[in-house]
Amino acid sequence: MQDLSIITNWIHNFLSSLMPGWLTVTVECLLIGLGLLLVYALLALFYIYYERKLCAAFQCRLGPNRVGPWGLLQSFADMFKMLIKELIELKHVDRFLFALAPYLVIIASMLSFAVLPWGNGLQIIDFNIGIFFLIAVSSIGVLGILLAGWSSNNKFTLIGSLRSGAQMVSYELSIGLSVLTMVCLAGTMSVTGIVEQQSDLWFIFKGHIPAFIAFVIYMIAGTAETNRGPFDLPEAESELTAGYHTEYSGMHFGFFYLAEYLNLFIVSGVASLLFFGGWMPLHIPGWDAFNHIMDYIPSVVWFLGKAFALSFVIIWFKWTFPRLRIDQLLSLEWKYLLPINLFNLVLMVVIIVCNLHF
Amino acid sequence: MANITEKIAKQFPAASVEEGNIPLITIDDANWHELARMLRDDADLQMDYLVTIVGMDWTESLGCVYYLMSTVHNTMLAVKVATTDRNRPMLHSVADLWAVAVTYEREVYDFFGIIFIGNPDMRRLFLNIDWNGYPLRKDYDENPELNPVSIENERQSDMTDVWVETSDGGVEKKEVEIFKPEDFVVNIGPQHPATHGVLRFRTALDGEEIKKIDVYMGYIHRGVEKLCESLTYPQTLHYMDRLDYFSAHNYHHGLCMLIEKAAGIEISRRAQVIRVMMDELSRIASHCLFIGTYCMDLGATTMLFYALRVREQILDIMEKTCGARMTFNYDCIGGVMQDLAPDFVDDVKALLEVIPANLKEYNKIFTGNVIARGRMEGIGVLDRADAIAYGVTGPSGRASGWACDVRKIRPYSIYQELDFKEIIATEGDSMARFKVRMLEIEESAKILAQLVDNIPEGEYCVKVPKLLKLPAGRWFEMIEGCRGVFGVYLESDGSAKPYRLKLATPCLPLAAVVDHITRGMKIADLITIGGSLDYIVPDMDR
Amino acid sequence: MEVTTKSMPYEAWKDNEYIESLVKQLQESGTNVVVGTFDKLINWGRSNSIWPLTFATSCCGIEFVSLGAARFDMARFGWEVARSSPRQADFMMVAGTIVNRMVPVFRRLYDQLAEPKYVIACGSCAISGGPFRKSYHVAKGIEDIVPVDVFVPGCPPRPEAMIYGIMQLSRKIKVERFFGGVNRKEKQDKFLAEHPVAGVED
Repeated sequence: MQDLSIITNWIHNFLSSLMPGWLTVTVECLLIGLGLLLVYALLALFYIYYERKLCAAFQCRLGPNRVGPWGLLQSFADMFKMLIKELIELKHVDRFLFALAPYLVIIASMLSFAVLPWGNGLQIIDFNIGIFFLIAVSSIGVLGILLAGWSSNNKFTLIGSLRSGAQMVSYELSIGLSVLTMVCLAGTMSVTGIVEQQSDLWFIFKGHIPAFIAFVIYMIAGTAETNRGPFDLPEAESELTAGYHTEYSGMHFGFFYLAEYLNLFIVSGVASLLFFGGWMPLHIPGWDAFNHIMDYIPSVVWFLGKAFALSFVIIWFKWTFPRLRIDQLLSLEWKYLLPINLFNLVLMVVIIVCNLHF
Repeated sequence: MANITEKIAKQFPAASVEEGNIPLITIDDANWHELARMLRDDADLQMDYLVTIVGMDWTESLGCVYYLMSTVHNTMLAVKVATTDRNRPMLHSVADLWAVAVTYEREVYDFFGIIFIGNPDMRRLFLNIDWNGYPLRKDYDENPELNPVSIENERQSDMTDVWVETSDGGVEKKEVEIFKPEDFVVNIGPQHPATHGVLRFRTALDGEEIKKIDVYMGYIHRGVEKLCESLTYPQTLHYMDRLDYFSAHNYHHGLCMLIEKAAGIEISRRAQVIRVMMDELSRIASHCLFIGTYCMDLGATTMLFYALRVREQILDIMEKTCGARMTFNYDCIGGVMQDLAPDFVDDVKALLEVIPANLKEYNKIFTGNVIARGRMEGIGVLDRADAIAYGVTGPSGRASGWACDVRKIRPYSIYQELDFKEIIATEGDSMARFKVRMLEIEESAKILAQLVDNIPEGEYCVKVPKLLKLPAGRWFEMIEGCRGVFGVYLESDGSAKPYRLKLATPCLPLAAVVDHITRGMKIADLITIGGSLDYIVPDMDR
Repeated sequence: MEVTTKSMPYEAWKDNEYIESLVKQLQESGTNVVVGTFDKLINWGRSNSIWPLTFATSCCGIEFVSLGAARFDMARFGWEVARSSPRQADFMMVAGTIVNRMVPVFRRLYDQLAEPKYVIACGSCAISGGPFRKSYHVAKGIEDIVPVDVFVPGCPPRPEAMIYGIMQLSRKIKVERFFGGVNRKEKQDKFLAEHPVAGVED
């Protein structure tokens, strides 16, 4: 398994040989920032294309196929257009908050990028409470959505954002608990630690029953966290026109649009980290030759592949199920997912204590 | 029937009865409300379903013709009430007897300026508050300067007028508020993805819960009834395509049948069969689109695409024969426009083969889905009595347990010979409305299967005079459109143009009932209910 | 310069003269090389990403639904992102009759669209009032209310015709200039100045 930290270390050594320490750090920060932005934009654009093509496939259509080969450039065209669209100034809005909201949403998703295990040794910050950090920053997003809805001074956006608030706060619990279940199994909150733990077997196999339950709950709650169908109430098109971002135009709307897809990526990325070993290739104890071949596939490919595959499932949800109603949504969380989750946590602890896991 | 008219004549000596297919009672306004009460409550009559109120302008007098029907005895009656006062015409309201009359009377007020004493909501229905004149009156000034096209925001009032009788016999206008100042009123529409067109709901909310809905119509009111008065009979037909554009064939059928009856034209059996087949094809196409858009409203977008596949196949069949995808203008007076396309029979057979598989697929994807069931079951319950009082017909009425299929209760064309079931559910909720439509597709397919091999030879259109003149008189016909009972009222003065053509469309009552069944529901349920009622806005606005 | 789109030969288009006149206008006014290149890039993006506003009043709207369905699939061109909020849409397909009462609403929707915005008058009702032209309550064409870019005749137009109409719009966008491009904005401002919204504050 090639270790990408060799490259990063090489860059670090190269830079520090040229300049003093503080400058090295600054340059590195800038490089990372630029790289992050680039990856961010490319991923979002890819995801938009991915969803549109998948959705077309589910609906027996072709999907974008005119712009560029197989329509690959469609989302680039969309982005160009969105960049130059007029940003509408509204009269009776809270200007500052109105402008701030999309940035909050985008910053939340960008911060989460920092701890995702992109590849072997390819991680922006690796600290011992990585998972905790992830959960903490992902909650900033809901603030952006609430502000967007409230500052727009529009009844539809207000209803949309309040729905979103109720939904996110509830489902954060499920996410937290299912993550906690897995943290129990891993015994660490460090992202690298969690990945390393899965070097012999992925957690979903290792933790068998409770891990599987945690995975299902995580996927449901994750779908809800990203405001995607069947939990897309905050922007339920047929009820609230466009929900909390009704009044946003141009790139401000673009930020919400991108953030939605990036959150999708983050949710599936975290799922792949917790249940499918992050960048860790598929290893089966005892099958040494097989494990060795798997190692030849680059770790970045493993991570992205897993994330895309899990996103596929979430997109599949969206284009299959009808939308829930707000009360059904909340009762699903509080009456079913939460108790099951708590029980599952206990079960996991029992299994770990009795050493019943693989 | 005779004893009924006798009974009325005995109790109301002032009433005169004109026998006919549908007996017409003429009565003065003073006795009208009492008669109405008797018509509804008398055990022999039980006229509990108000089919329509036709506003009329007979130049020397203004008035209404009420068409009533008994769901118990399956009899029909017409009542004519008139007033000679043209400046401030007033009639007594029957809104307390038939709930749907509130809306119908508003329509008459809008078109003719007849004020209904006792109607709880005497506002204009389709036109703006500041509209000058009453367009369907014969002396209406069509000068566009009086009512210019304006981009100014429309004036709106939270108050409505109610006219009440005072103790000294006079009439007094009172203002009543629609929404209280403390209500949180959300405006849904006219441009909103869920209203299926340009319908506007002003919704008072309590959190997510709906307290009251005030329905605003007229955003696509095109004045078809007035336009028809200046056209010859064959020319009026093409407007039928553009009311409920999914029931184009059915509406054509209704008007053609009425004109043929009035002119005494017998049409060939081949034409009858073709018409019925086209009606049923439209019904399947319409219900398919209903399934699609309804599921899309509930968030299951993919179903729309699956449902539209069948619809496209039907449109292909129609296109081959009629030459158009939507506005066919196919039925004409005396039969149909063109003969069937050569591969019509094969195409229909191919369609009949795919329908069961598709229905199975829809059920698999959507009907059994736990989320879909949670969204639809028990939502927007309309019981049978209310369905009748509000005149909610068609699949929505049948879902409430009211057997209101005109094809069964007053069979027309060749429906009497056909073997099909009237689908009736008793739950009255959104799920029942959805299921009734699903099952009706099967029944329509059954009708098609019976006819497809038995299309008789013969001429498809009989000769009718180029300039068709109908004898003076009045006619009323009902057919079953895809969304319910479509009634056509025609009054002729003997010329080549209709004196008055009233189109009693099924979607107006559907919109009128929205407020009643959404009370206490969530906003999301408004979408479910609106979708399940399946109204077409141009059909309600005309 | 032949303005066309993928898999559509130039000769197959109608109204080429109009587009050519636009091109001529564009060339006459002269462009800076850098700005010109930018313009090309941006116009490539704009002409390939035209999102409709979900707006339909009557029959034509149903054909617009069919346009989105599997058979005609407007997603191929990237038009399937129908936005319900006018702030996020690029063009408005006026599908159906616009009646007197709808006019203020319709105009407001147009005003709410974010620039650059376009209007397609779809169907005879939107073009002239169509079969309802003689009615007391129908606007005789939407040209008096908003500036129209493309007219698609038909009652209702077939989905193919709608595709063609939107492709024409896309072609028109291609020959506009975004940076130096005053030609469109000027026309629009002139139109709006001639048809002011009275009675509304701003």
